[in-house]
Amino acid sequence: MESVFDIRDLSSWFGDHQVLKNIRMEIAKNSVTSVMGPSGCGKSTFIRCLNRMHDMTPGFRTEGEILLDGINVYSEQIDPVYLRRRVGMVFQQPNPFPRMSVFENVAVGLKLNGRKLSRADISEKVERSLVMAALWNEVKDHLNQSGVSLSGGQQQRLCIARALAVEPEVLLMDEPCSALDPMSTAKIEDLIEDLSEKYTIAVVTHNMQQAARISDQVAFFLMGELIEMDKSGKIFTNPSDKRTEQYITGRFG
Amino acid sequence: MKWAFHLCAFLVILPLFLIFFDLLIKGAKELRWTLLIDLPHPVGEPGGGIANGILGTVIITLLTMTWSVPMAVMCGIYLAEYGRGKFASAVRFAVDTLTGVPSIIMGIFGYILIVLPMKRFSAWAGAAALSMIFIPIVVRTTEDMLRTVPGTVREAALALGIEHWKATLFITVRTASAGILTGILLAMARIVGETAPLLFTTLGNQFWQTRLDQPMAAMPLQVFSYAISPYEDWHDKAWAGALVLITMVLLINIGARFLTREKR
Amino acid sequence: MATKSGRNPKDLAFEKASAFFAFAVLSLTVLLFAVLLRESLPALRKFGTSFLVTRTWDPVLDQYGALPFIYGTLVSSFLAVLIAVPLSVGAAIFINEFAPPWLKNPVSFLAELLAAIPSVIYGLWGIFVLVPILRDYFMKPVAKYLGWIPLFKGPAYGPSMLAAGVLLSIMIVPFILSVSREVLATVPQRQKEAVLSLGGTRWEMIRIVIGQHCIPGIFGATVLGLGRALGETMAVTMVIGNRPEIFFSLFQQGYSMAAVIANEFAEAGGLQLSSLILIGLLLFLVTFVVNLASKWILTKMVARASRGI
Repeated sequence: MESVFDIRDLSSWFGDHQVLKNIRMEIAKNSVTSVMGPSGCGKSTFIRCLNRMHDMTPGFRTEGEILLDGINVYSEQIDPVYLRRRVGMVFQQPNPFPRMSVFENVAVGLKLNGRKLSRADISEKVERSLVMAALWNEVKDHLNQSGVSLSGGQQQRLCIARALAVEPEVLLMDEPCSALDPMSTAKIEDLIEDLSEKYTIAVVTHNMQQAARISDQVAFFLMGELIEMDKSGKIFTNPSDKRTEQYITGRFG
Repeated sequence: MKWAFHLCAFLVILPLFLIFFDLLIKGAKELRWTLLIDLPHPVGEPGGGIANGILGTVIITLLTMTWSVPMAVMCGIYLAEYGRGKFASAVRFAVDTLTGVPSIIMGIFGYILIVLPMKRFSAWAGAAALSMIFIPIVVRTTEDMLRTVPGTVREAALALGIEHWKATLFITVRTASAGILTGILLAMARIVGETAPLLFTTLGNQFWQTRLDQPMAAMPLQVFSYAISPYEDWHDKAWAGALVLITMVLLINIGARFLTREKR
Repeated sequence: MATKSGRNPKDLAFEKASAFFAFAVLSLTVLLFAVLLRESLPALRKFGTSFLVTRTWDPVLDQYGALPFIYGTLVSSFLAVLIAVPLSVGAAIFINEFAPPWLKNPVSFLAELLAAIPSVIYGLWGIFVLVPILRDYFMKPVAKYLGWIPLFKGPAYGPSMLAAGVLLSIMIVPFILSVSREVLATVPQRQKEAVLSLGGTRWEMIRIVIGQHCIPGIFGATVLGLGRALGETMAVTMVIGNRPEIFFSLFQQGYSMAAVIANEFAEAGGLQLSSLILIGLLLFLVTFVVNLASKWILTKMVARASRGI
C-alpha cells in the first residue's frame, strides 16, 4: 500500500505548551483516514500541520518530520504555497468567499495560482469540480448567484469544489459536517467515499459513527498522543488499547 | 418631564429643515440651466453661472484623489494586515491627529508647500491641502472595513495555496471592497464641500481655467464670495450655488450608502 | 489579524510597499507640524509669549497680537458647547429611551445629515436667516430691556459672538449626539430595570442611572464637540463680524483664530504672514490637545463599560 504521508516523531508546541507528542503514522494513498478523539486531543492541530496552516501562528513550532512523497514538508525546499495546492483543506464552518458568486468561488484558486488559463479552461475546471463535489446539478443554472446564498450543506460542498479545483492530491477535512444537518451530512459522507477513489482524504471527526461509516483507517488521539491507529473495523470492534476502548464505549470524550 | 427630551430632539432637527427649506426656496430663484453652463457675469449684468466652479471642483477633487486614494488604501491595508508594533501605532496616532486638524490649517500646509515655491496659487496647492483631509478618513475606513473581514476568509485563501499578497489584495480587500469604496465616497463628499483649504491655495477664478498650475474656480469658493458680497443679486446666486453644491454632496453621500445596502 | 507574510519575495515586496505608504502618511503629519513651526518662528521670535496676550493687530505698524482671536475662538466655542450639549444629550435620551421604534432611525439619520452640510452653506444660512432672526427677535429686545447687563449690551447689528455661538452649536450637535447615544447605550439594562422595578419613574431612572453612569462619557462628548467648534472657519467668519476687538457683550462682533487666517492670509506677507501661521500653529496645538483629551476620556469610558461598571 502506497503511503502519501509518512509522519515521523512529530511533536509540536504552542509557545511552551506541548500539543503533539511524537506522532508516528502513515496515511495511505486514496484512502479515507479518520482522526478522532475527545476535545483538546490535538487532532485539529495535527491535521493543520500537514498543510502547514500553523505557519501564520506566531509561537508555533514543530520537531520531527512530515514526509510527503519522501520530502519533509517543513524543509527549506518546500514552498508552503505549493504545498497547500497539493494538500487542500475544508473547514468546520463552511466559508465560501462572501461577495463572490458560486462560479467565482470555485475559480478563484485557479485564477490566482499564476497559471495562465483561458476562460474556457477555467469554466471547464469549475464545472468538473462542482460535479465532483455533487453540487453541479443544484447550481448549474445559478452560477452567478452569491456563494453565501446557498444552504449550509451546499456551501460546504461549494468549499469542497473550491478545494478540488486546484487539483490537489490530498484533501484534509476538519470536522466538515459538524455544522450541518443530518441530510447534508449524509450527502457529504457519500461524497467522501466517492472522492476517495481519486484523492487521499483525512477527516477530523468527533463523531464515532461517522468515523466508522466513512473511513478505511482510524487514528485515535488522546492528549496530543496517537494512541492507536488501525483499520476502522478493528478499532471499533476490538481495539488494542484500553484507552481506545474507553473512548469508544463512552467513558470519556 | 418627558416633553423636555422631545423638545431637545425637535430643536436639534429643526435647523436641518430650515436650512433645506431655505436652500430650495431661495436657491430656486436663480436656478436656471444657464447657472450650470455659464461663467460668472460682472456685477449688475443679469444671468451668468457657476459652471467654471463646478468644473473646477470636479478637477480639483479628482486630482486630489489620484494620489490620495492609493496612498490611503495601501496605508489602511498595512495597518489592518501587517501593522503591529510601534510603527503601526505611530501611524494610527498620526492619522487620528490629522482627523482633528481644522481644515484651514491644511490650507496653510498647501500654501507653504506648494504656493510659496511655485510663487503662485494653483489647483495643485488646493489638492495638496484637500488630500490631508481625504487621506485620514480613507485610511480609517479602509482599516476598519478590512478588520471586519472574518479570519475564516483569510484562512480559506491560505489553504488554497494562494500567495499571501494575492490573497490579501484579491480576496481580503475584495471582500471589503464595498465598505472601502463607501469610505472613499464619503471622503469625496467631504472635500467637495470644503472651502477653507482652498481660500489661499487655489484662490478661485472668474474664468474657464483648467490648468493645474494656475488658480482655479471651485463651487464652495464661489458660494462664499457671492455670499459676502454687497450685491443683492449675487446673494441670490450664492443660494443657487449652495443648492447645486449640497445636491452634489448629497448625491455622493447617497451613492456611498447605496453601496453598503446593495449586497445584503 | 496581523500575520507574518510568507518567505516569498513578492509577499515581502507587497508588505514593504504598503509600509512605505504608511510611512508616507506618518511623514506628512510630521511635515505639517514642522512647516507650521518653521514658518511661525519669525513671529515667535519677535513677539514671544506676549503674542498670546497682546490685543494689537496692525499690519501697518507690523505689530501683531493674537488675544482678540483667541478670545473669540474660546468664547464662541464654549458658547456653542453650552448650547449644544444639553440639546444633544436630551435628543439622545429621546432617541434611545422615548422614541417609538419607527422614529429612531429617521431622527438619527437626520441628525447625521446635519454633519454632511458644508460649512460655507451653514455660513450662508447664518448670514441671511439666522442672524436677522436672532437680531430682531432676541438681541434687539434683550439689548433694549436688559442692556444694562454687560453681557447683553447693545447696539445689536446682527453679526456677533452670539450668532457665531448659536451657529456653531447647530454644527457640532451631530457629533455630540452620536457619541452621547453610544454612551447611553452602555448603561447596563439591569440597572435601569432595577430602578423601575423599585417604583421609580422614567425620569428618575434617567436621572439616577443614566446621569451617574454617563457623566464621564458625556464629558468626553463635550470635549469632542469643543474640539470641532474650535476649528470651524467658514461659518464663523461669515457671522461673527470679523472685528479684531474684545467686547464683553455677546451681541458685539468678534473675530476667531480660524477666521482671521481665512480673511487675511491670501494677501499677507512677511511678519503678518508669519503671525497668521503662528495663530495656525496655536490652533493646531489647541485642537490637538483637546482631541487627545476627548479620546482619552472616551476610551476610559469604554474600558469601564466593558468591565460592567
